[in-house]
Amino acid sequence: MSLVFAGICSHAPGITGRKHMADPDDANTFYAAFDQMRVELEASKPDALIVIAAEHFANFFMNNMPSYCMGMAEEYYGPIEDPDWLGIQRTTIPGNAELSRRLIEYVMNDIDLAYAEEWKFDHGISVPLHFLTPRYDLPVIPVNINCQGPPLTPLHRSWAFGQALRKACDSVPERIAIVGTGGISHWPATPDSGKIDAQWDKDFLQKWSDNDKQAMLSYTDEQTYLDAGQGGFEIRNFIAVSGATEGAKGIVRYYRPIPIFAVGCTIGVVDLGEV
Amino acid sequence: MSLYYVQKLLYELNRSEELQTQFFDDKDSVLKDFKLTDEEKTALKTPDIGLLYVLGVNGQILMHYAAMCGYAWPEYIQAMRDGLEEHGQVRAGLYATTDGKGAI
Repeated sequence: MSLVFAGICSHAPGITGRKHMADPDDANTFYAAFDQMRVELEASKPDALIVIAAEHFANFFMNNMPSYCMGMAEEYYGPIEDPDWLGIQRTTIPGNAELSRRLIEYVMNDIDLAYAEEWKFDHGISVPLHFLTPRYDLPVIPVNINCQGPPLTPLHRSWAFGQALRKACDSVPERIAIVGTGGISHWPATPDSGKIDAQWDKDFLQKWSDNDKQAMLSYTDEQTYLDAGQGGFEIRNFIAVSGATEGAKGIVRYYRPIPIFAVGCTIGVVDLGEV
Repeated sequence: MSLYYVQKLLYELNRSEELQTQFFDDKDSVLKDFKLTDEEKTALKTPDIGLLYVLGVNGQILMHYAAMCGYAWPEYIQAMRDGLEEHGQVRAGLYATTDGKGAI
């Protein structure tokens, strides 16, 4: 089989942890958009969900930092954050080690990928799963692209990683869904938390929707840091989804800056046509 | 200045409930395993979240530690602002403030 679903979404911890501080219309409309994404994901009848996320030092540190890493475990655990702070209870999440291994071996033809048989989820994965697989009954395969500890992988490699992942998905009989998670412009965990450049976000999302490889790969980290904050480095995850769906258009289902969530809240899906 | 080890200690603390129990029971028993300056040890033990922010601890590591120490979100934001007021601009890393005008 191949890819049956692809999308992008935000993962900021405030989405669940600070819901009580948000304007009800902001929270309700964004939660509804997440719920609709779940409906679309479930309708695609996936056998596994690959979550491409920028983790935040839950598993990897600067003593041994992989640019790309994929989980290869039978089960995972998370979130590491305080459950009351994040608004998500800790739980075990099913994986599929055998499927992971086949995918990893295939990706390795193109990308020198690290793998991990232990993986603790943080909000980068736990927040999306809270909405997309709330019963934790779909095997998940986590992927991390280092967006936190420079030097960071170049954007064109994120695209190439997405392409390699797609080839791997095409090589297995299972039905695979991919979701890339992260923020666009944001300055999280600083006194500026809540600052969002909506125009920067919309410009990027237009390029993402157009699957415009050249435009997306023209960003530089130096300029992104100035214009979109350190949180902007997470566009790597959205670009990887674009690389995995080269030639297909994206549809932004929801975008709204929600400062108390510290990010321009985003839900997007890729039009894969008939699958 | 051993920011690397400050962050490594917090990284390990953030992901281990067992180490958290040990740390809050006897902080020195954990701190002794890391190469830290006196300023860093004091910032970790107090805890002085504002100073840790100014020292350059990555925000994704620091916000978890602040939550672990009982800081509600607005208190965490305020602690960073207090740190800037008391200790000056962030000395290292990616999490320097720009205009300081966030949602809170």
